[in-house]
Amino acid sequence: MKTVDNTRRRVVQTGGALAAFAAAGLLPTDALAAWNQAAFEGKNIPDTLKALNLDNPTPSGDLQIVASDIAENGAVVPIQIVSRIPNTTRIALMVEKNPNMLAAVFDVPEGMLPDVATRIRMQQTSNIVAVAVAGGKVHTVTREIKVTLGGCGG
Amino acid sequence: MDRREFLGVLGAAATVGFSLRAEDARAQSEADRLYDAPRFGTVSLLHFTDCHAQLLPVHFREPSVNLGIGSMAGQPPHLVGERLLGHFGVPAGSRLAHAFTHLDFDRLARQYGKVGGFAHLATLIKRVRATRPGALLLDGGDTWQGSGTALWTKGQDMVDACKLLGVDVMTLHWECTYGAERVTEIAEKDFAGKIDVVAQNIKTADFGDDVFKPYVVKDVNGTKVAVIGQAFPYTPIANPRYFVEDWTFGIREEEMQKAVDAARAEGARAVVVLSHNGMDVDLKLAGRVRGIDAILGGHTHDGVPRPTIVANAGGRTLVTNAGSNGKFLGVLDFEMGSGGVADFRYRLLPVFADLLPADREMAAAIERIRAPHSAKLGERLAISEGLLYRRGNFNGSFDQLICDALIAERDAEIAFSPGFRWGTSILPGEAITMEHVLDQTAITYPYVTLAEMTGAQIKEILEDVADNLFNPDPYQQQGGDMVRVGGLAYACDPTARMGARIQDMRLAGRPIEAGKRYKVAGWAPVAAEARDAGGEPIWDLVSRHLRAKRTIAPPALNLPRLIGMDGNPGLAL
Repeated sequence: MKTVDNTRRRVVQTGGALAAFAAAGLLPTDALAAWNQAAFEGKNIPDTLKALNLDNPTPSGDLQIVASDIAENGAVVPIQIVSRIPNTTRIALMVEKNPNMLAAVFDVPEGMLPDVATRIRMQQTSNIVAVAVAGGKVHTVTREIKVTLGGCGG
Repeated sequence: MDRREFLGVLGAAATVGFSLRAEDARAQSEADRLYDAPRFGTVSLLHFTDCHAQLLPVHFREPSVNLGIGSMAGQPPHLVGERLLGHFGVPAGSRLAHAFTHLDFDRLARQYGKVGGFAHLATLIKRVRATRPGALLLDGGDTWQGSGTALWTKGQDMVDACKLLGVDVMTLHWECTYGAERVTEIAEKDFAGKIDVVAQNIKTADFGDDVFKPYVVKDVNGTKVAVIGQAFPYTPIANPRYFVEDWTFGIREEEMQKAVDAARAEGARAVVVLSHNGMDVDLKLAGRVRGIDAILGGHTHDGVPRPTIVANAGGRTLVTNAGSNGKFLGVLDFEMGSGGVADFRYRLLPVFADLLPADREMAAAIERIRAPHSAKLGERLAISEGLLYRRGNFNGSFDQLICDALIAERDAEIAFSPGFRWGTSILPGEAITMEHVLDQTAITYPYVTLAEMTGAQIKEILEDVADNLFNPDPYQQQGGDMVRVGGLAYACDPTARMGARIQDMRLAGRPIEAGKRYKVAGWAPVAAEARDAGGEPIWDLVSRHLRAKRTIAPPALNLPRLIGMDGNPGLAL
């Protein structure tokens, strides 16, 4: 029963990943065409924002980072970003202490909920910065996620 | 035998008989005072937590150091010794004072005897259930780990004992260190139709599906009562992730709110959370989630006589913590009104073995469980001249003994021992048996490690663990104590930020150098590489050390110099 279940999971997972690419119209060639080399090589927040053409972000309570306060595994940290700002068209995610701090950029086409999730890699405790573009304005929210050595619990 | 001798014997028998009866009567009336309280309301919940597989009565010394930082300073559970007695109005020297504090531990332990034990707990549960028909029995977790027999049977001894005890609902932490497959097997097979495992915060790592039911709704004397499970949120961090690599945990406040709302929508008129968060986390959660009547908590092993009442947007929530090692049974009575829970009574009953005769069926079951292992468990390794205990924020004498053994056996300069909060106590003059050593060490990742670490790495480890303990945000705390340190002296400012708490690190009087390498022994590594490398189980190393020593002088506690903690009510040195 368990084995069958696991197999189903793997099949569904793989299929799901392919389906996501197809649905977003992000077939590999398109994805490559949209690659912003400068942004992904940004070594600090201002440079990265500049490369993305995102100026003067203002803190927003309507932009939320959903994640565990302490990462279970720095190599795979699930992060969800939810924007309640109307007309959100773009969401970017940065990890302040990663060598290349831009982790992801999502373009939000009309009709899609601005609610995205991904998994990132973090070597150490760091601020996570999410940025959303809506109606020409740039909004941001910051949250610290801790990466610990582990052990020694209760 | 002449007539005189015969009369003498008769006289002795009469005296013995009389004193036995007097002793019985005294125990009876003490037990009545302690354990009998009139029924209140119609819904009763019995709660034990963190028994750490202690089937037999034990001694367990409560901490003399349990610091609260920031807003937590001086608030329960961060009160020790006389400050705890004063806050809760417990008379010094009384049975309750012995149960709740470390004060005069050796003398009072001899006077009041051992605590806990499943046969005595079973008697108490039956006694309380007799006046509270329909009461639910809730197990807060950390039940299947902490003893030799639990380790050797992969928790089966505790699983069977809990079924016999009549547990209705449980949640998890250390259970997970037997691996996801074993936990699932027990939940689905052994517990089927008997015990519900609940955990709203354990999800599959891929799709985020529930692994267990988030909650169950039970009918208690005509009232629908929801019990929501909250497993230890940081299980894959505090313990090896490889045991549960397909599961993800976390506090999951928003999902907790959804579970509460769903249970209410299902008709639950009382909603409680069976939690393994630890008390500081529970207190924060109680202020932020609406609609919970009570959080019955564990993990931090705090024996808290009265609940803390937390106000939130939905009303108020009681937060309890029911100690550890089978010492306590929490009894929460709800009186129901038209709007749900109208009033409550709570008592945290200490389980004194000499006041509660052993339940025969449970005693026989424990005997059966232990029989195949009794010779190994009973081996007397050494005599302890001092009191050995573990619990406390920075060190315990048994941990010091483990650190001393690691340094001696591995020729190390520095030793680390994890800040676990379980582990029983041994009175001065008692023999340290193999069972005692396993009470401190019985885990599924017991490997001894030896590594060369730079001074900078050592500091990083101490800072990391100190932040798990003293972070001003309870959600960032993991509920363990500070890593125990042998050989290395240091100062600690718990109120400082991470990176600045650990100061003045010295080895044999000389400052530790950031770039210099030191030989560090330890045990209980969480990394998969350490498992693959193997390594001697810590209990073999400690027992070898003890056999050779034969007599153990009271260990000299290596405690950090504390900065800024003068007058903290969580400190009694």
